[in-house]
Amino acid sequence: MTTIEKIAPESAAGRPGKSARPALRDRLSRWDVKYSPYLYVAPFFIVFAIVGMFPLLYTAYVSLFHWKIGDDDPSFIGLDNYTALFADDQFWNSVLNTLSIFVLSSGPQIVIAVLLAAMLNMRLRGRTGWRVGILLPYAASLVALSIIFSNLFGPQFGLINNVLEGLGLDRVDWQAGRLPSHFAIALMVNWRWTGYNALIVLAAMQAIPKELQEAAIVDGAGAIRRFVSVTLPLLRPTLIFVVITSTIGGLQIFTEPKLFDAQPGSNNGGSTNQFQTVTLYLYQSAFENFNLGYASAIAWVLFLLIIVIALVNFLVTRRLAQTSGGKKWL
Amino acid sequence: MRQIRKGVLIAVGLAMTAAVTTACGGSDNAATPAAAGPGEKVELTVATFNQFGYEDLYPEYEALHPNIKITPRKTGDSGQYHQELITKIAAGSGLADIQALEEGHLSDIMDKSSKFNDLSKIGPADANADRWLPWKYDAGKDKNGRLIGYGTDMGPLAMCYRTDLLAAANIPTDAASLSAMFATWDSYFAAGEQYVSKSGGKAWFDSAAQNFNAMVNQLPVGYLDTSDKLTIESNPGIKSAWDKVTNAVAKGESAKLTAFTPESTAGFKASAFATKVCPSWMLGTVKEAAGPENAGKWAVTAAFPGGGGNWGGSYLTVPTQSKHPKEAAELAAWLTAPEQQLKAFKAQGPFPSQVKALASPELQSETNDYFGGVHAGQLFAEQAKKVNKPQYKGPGDGQIQQNVAGPALKSVEQGTSAADAWNQFVAGAKKITK
Repeated sequence: MTTIEKIAPESAAGRPGKSARPALRDRLSRWDVKYSPYLYVAPFFIVFAIVGMFPLLYTAYVSLFHWKIGDDDPSFIGLDNYTALFADDQFWNSVLNTLSIFVLSSGPQIVIAVLLAAMLNMRLRGRTGWRVGILLPYAASLVALSIIFSNLFGPQFGLINNVLEGLGLDRVDWQAGRLPSHFAIALMVNWRWTGYNALIVLAAMQAIPKELQEAAIVDGAGAIRRFVSVTLPLLRPTLIFVVITSTIGGLQIFTEPKLFDAQPGSNNGGSTNQFQTVTLYLYQSAFENFNLGYASAIAWVLFLLIIVIALVNFLVTRRLAQTSGGKKWL
Repeated sequence: MRQIRKGVLIAVGLAMTAAVTTACGGSDNAATPAAAGPGEKVELTVATFNQFGYEDLYPEYEALHPNIKITPRKTGDSGQYHQELITKIAAGSGLADIQALEEGHLSDIMDKSSKFNDLSKIGPADANADRWLPWKYDAGKDKNGRLIGYGTDMGPLAMCYRTDLLAAANIPTDAASLSAMFATWDSYFAAGEQYVSKSGGKAWFDSAAQNFNAMVNQLPVGYLDTSDKLTIESNPGIKSAWDKVTNAVAKGESAKLTAFTPESTAGFKASAFATKVCPSWMLGTVKEAAGPENAGKWAVTAAFPGGGGNWGGSYLTVPTQSKHPKEAAELAAWLTAPEQQLKAFKAQGPFPSQVKALASPELQSETNDYFGGVHAGQLFAEQAKKVNKPQYKGPGDGQIQQNVAGPALKSVEQGTSAADAWNQFVAGAKKITK
């Protein structure tokens, strides 16, 4: 785009008979050069303005009203929705649940993904088969997976409790407690996303130059030493990408907790909201209690929360990138 | 900068041209049906959920009224259906000419009743109060007495029980013992306590919420009074029902199975409980969940604690969005006439709420083999007459029952103390009615 902009005035200035009115053809072609690029990028911005920007701003507007669905004249209440929200125990409970499920899912997920990638990077018989295989959970329907998992974790007739009992262990009421339910939901997330992340890490692993590994072998490094001192540091940018994408996904988690206790009233996220996430609470406020103003306030706070966490991630990223640059591997 | 603005102007100009063009197209289309005179084709959309049994009735009506074309809109998910209904009322467009409405969602609709036509004004004369059971007809009226829905089916309550499990615990199941045992909620829970001890710790009923809902529905005043004030803290009936149910949970009477979950289906198969609150439509659910291996073990009795009750059933409404309210009301009246509801009953099983349909020999002679050949039609027709005048359901009533009372009772079953759960219940209800 910049090149076009540079060329355009030059070609116009270089034309003979500059003072005379330029011919229509010339003007058209000049407009073409000047405005076409905007036209080409316009579809994205127009669509974004309609489905992205407008809802975002309109949500901010709605959040300033006591707006029940179907209200003919909602009343303006300023920031009351926000003050109510910050004093709402159920909201903070849902923030806590979201963060807890996020940590329980993303942490193990990335460790396992890296280990899986390392295994897939070895000489294996039927390599492609294995690689496609770990992506299968990602290809399966999320709703179907969630329903199957919530059956497996059924407190009285679920398979997992039967197995636990068979092993002589205590049964666990996966839906009643906070930690068991978070663990079960995190497992659904991990089941779906570990393979996907492993493939991204695998791609990065294959981009690591062979010479580095060979040099390390010459220096007498064993397999584990090579993994820790050569592979892992070079995976850093990829790992940061994986962490950020799973942060964004993790903070918006919805389907898994909603279907975990599939029953009328499933937007509660358990009998005492023990696994209600922020998005689930937002959905409940908007489409079950029909309190659009309050739901919009939740949406905005969630938006800001994600920005803050993304910012923290960004700073950590820069920090890590600098230290890895300081070490200078090459 | 100037040039950019020009570009914007061009874009705006183009957009406006497009908008004007589409607007013209839109009004052209809209003009045609609005101007439909007598003899011209009128298209009516009918939105229903789950099974109303109307599929074969539409062609029949079209044959009787050659100028009417019916387009059914069916969906399986009742929760989603009602959510969409409310969203479309808010949006001001998108509703069908006839919208079915489930009894449990009436409370959410009644405070928006101005968005529906008063059927007593625009409907045919024969669709009047005499057609339905009085409580069913009255529940379709809003606070100002406008009739917003014609009743379709209903769910009168009876009690289902396992003959074999009761026999194994040496509890007699002859008619006299049953009616003594299921006379009041106190006697019902007392029998449960006995059953738990005699059966070696087996559960008496499936879930606390199922009983609590039936108990609250029998009260003269529900969660909200007629001025839409929350009564939970001041209504002794609710607290007393709560105490009875949670007390029964503490004694081990509940199988702790939330209704309509895979766990509860598994519970039916595993014979996890001996009795169950049974509206008419529940017989099909029990049969499907318990499966052929339990055929003949379940029975149903007209003895129901605290008299009668109703759970479920629907209405047909005509939203003011409809372009043909008169034709729509006529169709709705025809569909909810006793003859048609009997056909729907035979096709899909929704239990009719019309006086004549209830008295008809077809319904009276209906038997249910799974429940030991009981005359189910006759039994539930009798149960329906025991229902008192409808309890007023204020806005948010359905939400409180489903999303506050249910989870709070579930938490008691999961080990929370009854007092803590009561606080959760009160706080949650206040939040919904705020």
